[in-house]
Amino acid sequence: MVNAGLLLLADSRLPAGGHAHSGGLEPAATAEVVRDLAGLADFLRGRLATTGLVTAALAAAACAQALAGGGGWVALDAEADARTPSPAQRQASRAQGRSLLRAAGTAWPHPAFGALRAALPAGPHHPVVLGVATAAAGGSPRDAAGIAALGSVTGPASAAVRLLGLDPLAVHRLLASLSGLVDSVADEASVHAGEQGWALLPAASAPLLDLFAERHLVSELRLFES
Amino acid sequence: MTRRYTARAAVTAECDASGRTRLTRLRSDGPLAVRETAEAVYLIGAAAGPLGGDRLELDLEVGPGARLAIRSVATTLALPGDGESVFTVRARVAEGGHLDFAPEPTVAACGCDHRSVSDITLAEGASLRWREELILGRHREEPGRHTSRIDVTAGGLPLLRHELRLDETYRSRAVIGDARAAGSVVLAGPDLARTAAVEEALAVMPLAGPGVLVSALATDSAALRRRLTHGETLAGRGERSPRPALSGAG
Repeated sequence: MVNAGLLLLADSRLPAGGHAHSGGLEPAATAEVVRDLAGLADFLRGRLATTGLVTAALAAAACAQALAGGGGWVALDAEADARTPSPAQRQASRAQGRSLLRAAGTAWPHPAFGALRAALPAGPHHPVVLGVATAAAGGSPRDAAGIAALGSVTGPASAAVRLLGLDPLAVHRLLASLSGLVDSVADEASVHAGEQGWALLPAASAPLLDLFAERHLVSELRLFES
Repeated sequence: MTRRYTARAAVTAECDASGRTRLTRLRSDGPLAVRETAEAVYLIGAAAGPLGGDRLELDLEVGPGARLAIRSVATTLALPGDGESVFTVRARVAEGGHLDFAPEPTVAACGCDHRSVSDITLAEGASLRWREELILGRHREEPGRHTSRIDVTAGGLPLLRHELRLDETYRSRAVIGDARAAGSVVLAGPDLARTAAVEEALAVMPLAGPGVLVSALATDSAALRRRLTHGETLAGRGERSPRPALSGAG
């Protein structure tokens, strides 16, 4: 059975500010790199295999750590920093982390949230908070990886509906067709979750997403924060 | 007709009492030959490849206050063979030491299955320039599988963990699109830019720790080199007046 708490955590209506971020889709649309549904599909596959895999692995590791009652939040957050060379993406990740910490910490009180706040007063990275939130809502590291991997494609997909006027039904058919890939990325991401060797977590990069993120930050006209 | 190499080469640079860098270890092994010149230590491919199945390792050690530059005489061509080929470089740089690793590009040939692993440990006060350039296939061919991962820790903290995979999805317009060449320069140490810069197919990105990642894409190796060199200038580590990298403070 699916845990209703986890559905709530994965729900885009969670008041955690996710709607303000396009995951690089807005700069890609501005550059006319993504113009239609086929372009979106290609963009989402690449994002899932890179950013999606990395954030899912970090979320799974954070969830395992919270379930084990462990600390080390500064060290895990530093692993997220090291996998996010783009300052614009680090900024977006921390902004979303702070919002999610507020929302999930209120919804599912758990001691690990307090530890996170104390260890990282400037706000932890989003996948770290997501992993802790998954544990607090009764989920497993694999659940955390699944929610993170799915979020890596649903955010840009809904931004594409707004920015490019794509048919929402067609975009959701695309997301449904990607769900098998989302699951396999989440499987791969949670392999190392319970190990202390965070150094070994995936670090797949996407040079174009880095470029889009940096370009977006200096762009004059933008609807989304990232 | 299969041929597999397992080779382990090593270079150690140490600073002597007069402040000059001396190479106290220079070990070639099989296809991995290392030669000392006045400017740098050159990697010389003594055999074709790497070919699938090869396991090549290079250990670099830079002592306190020493300077070491690594170059190569030609591009490396990753070729298919018997399974995966792996080239592992482990580098340790002590306090006040500087490692400048900038070999010629690697060409991922059609059908190759190559993994490049770089594990770099910087002591506090060490500095680094680490350039990697990947050319996707020879003329008009698509590359095989290629994974390159760089892990840099500085003063015990992770500075950068960065992997580029040529797999089923790398041609995505979110990853590298239709680029024929991809490259990066990792810079670590003091006096680096703290503001990001972005230009056509080039990003200069200050890391959370004491370093900058210069990342570029291009249609060929010459354009890639130009972009990376320009990116290094933007990062505050442009071309300085040439100086012998092996000699120390003098």
